Amino acid sequence: MEYFLELFLSGLTRGSIYALIALGYTMVYGIIQLINFAHGEIYMIGAFTALIAASVLTIMGWPTIAIFIVATIAAVVYSSAYGFTIEKIAYKPLRNAPRLSPLISAIGMSLFLQNYVLLAQTSDFLPFPQLIPDFEFMEPISHIFSTAELAIVLTTVIVMLLLTYFIKFTNMGKAMRATAQDKKMALLIGINVDMVISVTFIIGSALAALGGVLIANHIGQLNFYIGFIAGIKAFTAAVLGGIGSIPGAVLGALILGWTESFATGYISSDYEDVFAFALLVLILIFRPAGLLGRSETKKV
Amino acid sequence: MEYMIKSLKVAVWFMFLTFPIVVIKVNTIENIVIWRWHNMFYMGVGIFFVSMLWRYFLERKDRVGKKSAAERINITQTIMENPKILRTLIISVLTILCIFPFVTDSYQINIMTVALMYIVLGLGLNIVVGLAGLLDLGFVAFYAVGAYTYALLNYHFGLSFWVVLPIGALMATIFGILLGFPVLRLRGDYLAIVTLGFGEIIRLVLENWNEFSMGPSGIANIDRPTIYGFDMTLTQATIFIYFLMVVFTVFTVFFVNRLQNSRIGRAWLALREDEIACQAMGVGRTRTKLMAFALGATWAGLMGVVFAAKTTFINPASFTFLESAIILSVVVLGGMGSIPGVIIGALIMILLPEYLRAFSEYRMLVFGGAMVVMMVFRPQGLISNYRRKYSFHSADGRFGK
Repeated sequence: MEYFLELFLSGLTRGSIYALIALGYTMVYGIIQLINFAHGEIYMIGAFTALIAASVLTIMGWPTIAIFIVATIAAVVYSSAYGFTIEKIAYKPLRNAPRLSPLISAIGMSLFLQNYVLLAQTSDFLPFPQLIPDFEFMEPISHIFSTAELAIVLTTVIVMLLLTYFIKFTNMGKAMRATAQDKKMALLIGINVDMVISVTFIIGSALAALGGVLIANHIGQLNFYIGFIAGIKAFTAAVLGGIGSIPGAVLGALILGWTESFATGYISSDYEDVFAFALLVLILIFRPAGLLGRSETKKV
Repeated sequence: MEYMIKSLKVAVWFMFLTFPIVVIKVNTIENIVIWRWHNMFYMGVGIFFVSMLWRYFLERKDRVGKKSAAERINITQTIMENPKILRTLIISVLTILCIFPFVTDSYQINIMTVALMYIVLGLGLNIVVGLAGLLDLGFVAFYAVGAYTYALLNYHFGLSFWVVLPIGALMATIFGILLGFPVLRLRGDYLAIVTLGFGEIIRLVLENWNEFSMGPSGIANIDRPTIYGFDMTLTQATIFIYFLMVVFTVFTVFFVNRLQNSRIGRAWLALREDEIACQAMGVGRTRTKLMAFALGATWAGLMGVVFAAKTTFINPASFTFLESAIILSVVVLGGMGSIPGVIIGALIMILLPEYLRAFSEYRMLVFGGAMVVMMVFRPQGLISNYRRKYSFHSADGRFGK
């Protein structure tokens, strides 16, 4: 039973991380129907920025909590800046191009960012300092659920609530939903579509950066390649839940997290990624619109 | 002047953006921070000029985009449609290819063989991406299937290259159909992700299923191709594989060219442009797409067998997503749907990094950047595909419209 609980909780943690990244995918897809391949790289850059900030501050002798806060802020700010810039360079000029063009441009961007970090930093795995202290009240259950994991789950829940509020009730959120439904119409009623798209990219990137910092802190190491696999899995989660749907992304991420966790726990740990991809293929075959997505019929 | 100020702003923005990654380098073991301020300076200056160029080209594209594109297409078209020039071109290229191994060393021959392999792979992917418009990011999976088919059959049963060549191609085709059948109903971007996932599954299985594929250590001592059991030295074998590849390339170019203008080729183009209209005209969607997918996979399988025979050693590390990305960029840079484009694309992508060894670590950086730049400024690729036009001649010999 305890083994089951352990797997359940580790699945929850994984799922929460996937959810943070998947939200960015789903929001961007909802608005401009583009799979932002470079999203995983944004997450990686967020984690790298946090690592660099944390290392510099550690050497300067700051207290751990302050380091954690500053590193997280740095990661979020820089990732958002990257997300914003990437959209301006690689996607905005292609807004009216055939669908394949922005997709290829996104793949190119992803390769570019990976190699940019590889060349400017290193290809080795770098150790990530433990920034979240172990709380004492977590002591009795720390062997199955650590403080870092608690932080991940809590952050995801809070972010989800904030995001839902933002999308549902603020003006910007309404503008986003309007843009997602019909870009031309949104433009006609005075919504600055370019700005909405930029904001979407910024929010998505900020969430990815949060995920990056938390997971790097949890796993304790990172390199330039972590974004690729995390990106694909998060995308799987987004598709699983129905791409474009925000609750769907979270649901999909949790299901994916649990699937991976239980499959590696009970079947075999060698095939961890295979389970994720197999789930993706199966979902797309049997329910292409995802669990919470609506299937669209194309009208001529 | 306005340009300059804007570019200056962009440069400052990028200096801020690249600051943590490019300037700071932390040595976490010795706890030293290395500040590389000079990089920031280079970045600023570099971005300033890049931004100027970017703006200039973006504006030029908007201004004369349509007109100049039409002119450029005309140049390719004249070459392609004038049989005299085309024939001279083909004959001279073939002559150079035939003389090549006798005037250079085996290192050069090897590089050229690799380039030829990428031409064939690119042409195979071109069927899927360029003609049928299906973005396949797991192309390397079929390549792996071909390579492992030869390696395993050779290892267990000692089957020779020539026997396995069709088997490998067939295996890849079967995999293509097996994967294609369920997923081809999906829209373009979903398809991209599923094929990517499939490619990763194949690689992960090869890596982990030790009893079957010998895992990450791979399979060594695969036989080189022979003719009638005739023993060859290493140099002879290299030259032999080179000529094999020349024959393959010529065959592929011929085949794909004929394919393009066949009924199925035109169906692919039509499907790429408008699926619904195409279905209304009575072209079966799934069948046509499946055909493209399977044919693309066949070429990948063939090349996989050749690859295994050429290197005599394979392991799963040769079949990563990066390989798919390289083949894709060959097609994209060269020009989707254009045969000369893919050939030029492969030559540039493979030969340039080989001869510019000093910059080889920047290879993927440049490729990634080039894919973005290409999509923004020249989505049709270096050599764009020209549209074959059919004109109507009325009975009395006058041109109709």
